[in-house]
Amino acid sequence: MNAHHSISRRAALTGGLATGFLLAFHLPLRAAVNEPVQPRDTTDGKFAPNAFIRIDTDGVTTLVMPQVEMGQGIYTAISMILAEELDADWSKVQLLHAPANEKLYGNPIFVIQATGGSTSVRAFWKPLREAGAGARAMLVQAAAAQWDVDPASCTTSKGEVTHKASGRTVSYGALAAAAAGQTPPKTPVLKDPKDFVYIGQPFKRLDTPDKVNGKAVYGIDAIVPNMKFATLAQCPVFGGKVGKVDDRAARKIPGVRQIVVLDDLVAVIGDHMWAAKKGLDALVIEWNEGPNATINSKAIWDDLRAASQKDGVVAKSTGDIGKGLAAGERFEASFELPFLAHATMEPLNATVHCKPDSCEIWTGTQIMARVQSEAAKAAGLPVEKVTVNQHLLGGGFGRKLEPDMVVAAVRIAKEVDGPVKVVWTREEDIQHDVYRPVYRDTIAASLSGGKIVGWKYKIAGAAILARWLPPAFQKGIDIDAIDSATDVPYDIPNFHVEYVRAEPPAIPTGFWRGVGPNNNVFAVECFIDELARKAGKDPVEFRRGMLANQPRFLSVLNLAAEKANWGQPLPPRVGRGVCLQPSFGSFIATVVEAEVDEQGEVNLRRATSVVDTGIAVNPDTIVAQVEGGLIFGLTAALYGEITIENGRVQQSNFNDYRMLRINQAPKIEVHVVKSGEAPGGIGETGTTAGPPALRNAIYAATGVALRRLPIDRKLLAAGKKA
Amino acid sequence: MHMATVLTINGETKSFDAPPDMPLLWVLRDILGMTGTKFGCGIAQCGACTVHVDGKAVRSCVLPVSAVENRTVTTIEAVGSTPAGAKVQKAWLEAEVIQCGYCQSGQIMAAAALLATTPNPDDSDIDAAMAGNICRCGTYVRIREAIKQAANGRQS
Repeated sequence: MNAHHSISRRAALTGGLATGFLLAFHLPLRAAVNEPVQPRDTTDGKFAPNAFIRIDTDGVTTLVMPQVEMGQGIYTAISMILAEELDADWSKVQLLHAPANEKLYGNPIFVIQATGGSTSVRAFWKPLREAGAGARAMLVQAAAAQWDVDPASCTTSKGEVTHKASGRTVSYGALAAAAAGQTPPKTPVLKDPKDFVYIGQPFKRLDTPDKVNGKAVYGIDAIVPNMKFATLAQCPVFGGKVGKVDDRAARKIPGVRQIVVLDDLVAVIGDHMWAAKKGLDALVIEWNEGPNATINSKAIWDDLRAASQKDGVVAKSTGDIGKGLAAGERFEASFELPFLAHATMEPLNATVHCKPDSCEIWTGTQIMARVQSEAAKAAGLPVEKVTVNQHLLGGGFGRKLEPDMVVAAVRIAKEVDGPVKVVWTREEDIQHDVYRPVYRDTIAASLSGGKIVGWKYKIAGAAILARWLPPAFQKGIDIDAIDSATDVPYDIPNFHVEYVRAEPPAIPTGFWRGVGPNNNVFAVECFIDELARKAGKDPVEFRRGMLANQPRFLSVLNLAAEKANWGQPLPPRVGRGVCLQPSFGSFIATVVEAEVDEQGEVNLRRATSVVDTGIAVNPDTIVAQVEGGLIFGLTAALYGEITIENGRVQQSNFNDYRMLRINQAPKIEVHVVKSGEAPGGIGETGTTAGPPALRNAIYAATGVALRRLPIDRKLLAAGKKA
Repeated sequence: MHMATVLTINGETKSFDAPPDMPLLWVLRDILGMTGTKFGCGIAQCGACTVHVDGKAVRSCVLPVSAVENRTVTTIEAVGSTPAGAKVQKAWLEAEVIQCGYCQSGQIMAAAALLATTPNPDDSDIDAAMAGNICRCGTYVRIREAIKQAANGRQS
């Protein structure tokens, strides 16, 4: 890795994880984005053929990143795709984060400039390849013109054009000025995947060298000259307002400079975070808690259970569900998932400098352009007067698909003379999250001859898209909420899915790593295991019997069973559980092996995933994403639950919102299947796989069919039965 | 007015004004501009803020600056100049441990302190030394592998 690879504090900006959102379809909102409409920058002979590529006269190749780096390795994957078709010299590649610009850098799946839903490679695969191939063609044309030869007789490799017949070679840098004058091809010719030299190789990540020595700059690390430091308190009750503030004690604390009181939050501005935090602790704040002060988890669950009894909007129906359910022995179950916080390791933050005629923001966000427009509204400025400096994200997981932390910082900064860095305490971060919603899924299925002949599945839960991307919410169907429910892998002749929109009162809900499939894969795969037992079949064998027309699913399932030693004897109270999922355009089978002790505590022994994600751009990153995703999902299954009492969140920090730690992590093996199919999404797949595979392992180990997360250890103590 | 506090950090003498109860974390980040050490929880639950004081891994978010006067503080910015730290950084990159990276300053500081006293840690040594460091990206499998690689001086 040479110096060109380092992402400097100035250049950059970066951020990361795979959070998201699936959406294996394109929203019919607007025509194509990512046209090469960038004005050609020909200063100093620079070649800037499109929104993603800049080549300097010295050959330094700057690749512009439309997706943010949250840890998912997307900077490296995007660079590999561009460099592949460009035939760039990898040692001369450097990265620059894209500015807020939806027209140039909008995600083709969402249209808006968003990183989430495991969409990055799927959405940008074609536009990036075309950008690289188009630029390459212009470089070839420039060289061929210089040499007066047929462009078709020239080849490219590692940043050079070669004309073999005459033995001539010229570097891209030397061609930059001439290439800038060439006409871009209308239809760039893409490589045959068999000719890929970068894609498919395990490349070292470009963002990690600066992450081992403290040089990487996250949003929370932004340093702006003369900035002050702030932390804030919002009303503990959702929707509550500030009543009275007694700031006499706070003002006496050394380093406290200013108290900002807005209608719904209070911030203390100081010389450093410690002064701000001590100042905030010293404030006596009376809140007007408002009507939400009586909300509690029990009532939320009562409401959701009632809502799930209603008929929903039909999302899919094939065959005759009435006949199907009547055709065999009928079984029913309901599955429930709790509110979850994101708890990114980097607490929420934004640094803002508001001036009368402009606003500058330093942060790490998954939605750059939306942050810019929401900040403009909060600042009372035209959008073009707001600059967003994108940074690396210390985790995203969907939390940074929301702009609220930036909007709050802008509102505070408007009251402050000079730049201010607003950092949330962990307690504020957990108690004012935008939560993964509660869900309740009810399933009725009938078995005949050892097969499922009828399947009626109803989801009840929030419609996040209705708020987050309204055009995607059509006819009462939230396409995220039904994701992986309507496209289960199994061949079921009478198949019916309904959705009931049920919004919890006052609790803000949003996307959480794994999004809709988190809910649906859990319920579907848990119930499939229960049906296998009713049918007297092994869970893997039962699934195989419904996959005759699904070769990619069958293949990963078989390999996962083999790699996980499926069927081989285990000690008492140890079980294996399987999960097969269609989510995010990938085909993944996972086996978790777990032990349940006499007290009901669960010990994770081993996890095995087999992944067919189509063309694997950077295979080691795919392995890493599945490993990490499994831990993320297993963490939620073991511990994750946000509860509400008196209108407020009861958890506050890692002592009561627990995380899996290294001593609890299972051994993990991930096998990536070779494939020539188009790439699928990967960042969230492990998260959706972990909980059902673990629950099915517990079911195998104990016979207890858990139907709610997080796992209830009391139900698992020795002697309990399903 | 406070008396100026004097600390030795990464071999350099630093003099600054800070309240004596101010945690070292905020001195590093907000006074000295050394942002490699991270804020994660503020209550010594996550380990993101781990630094070395006299070679031992400590949580700087709950360590008053007054407690480290006349002691030797090493942070992620300089841990690469210690033999164990350099080995850990190298192994971390070879095993491609890192995802978002936010917790990794603390993970690397904890691992370097472990290897400095226990050159060949077994799994239970690794559990004991590293269980205080949360990684939300879930890089634990690779952290364990990288520590073993660093201990063996293996080349990948």
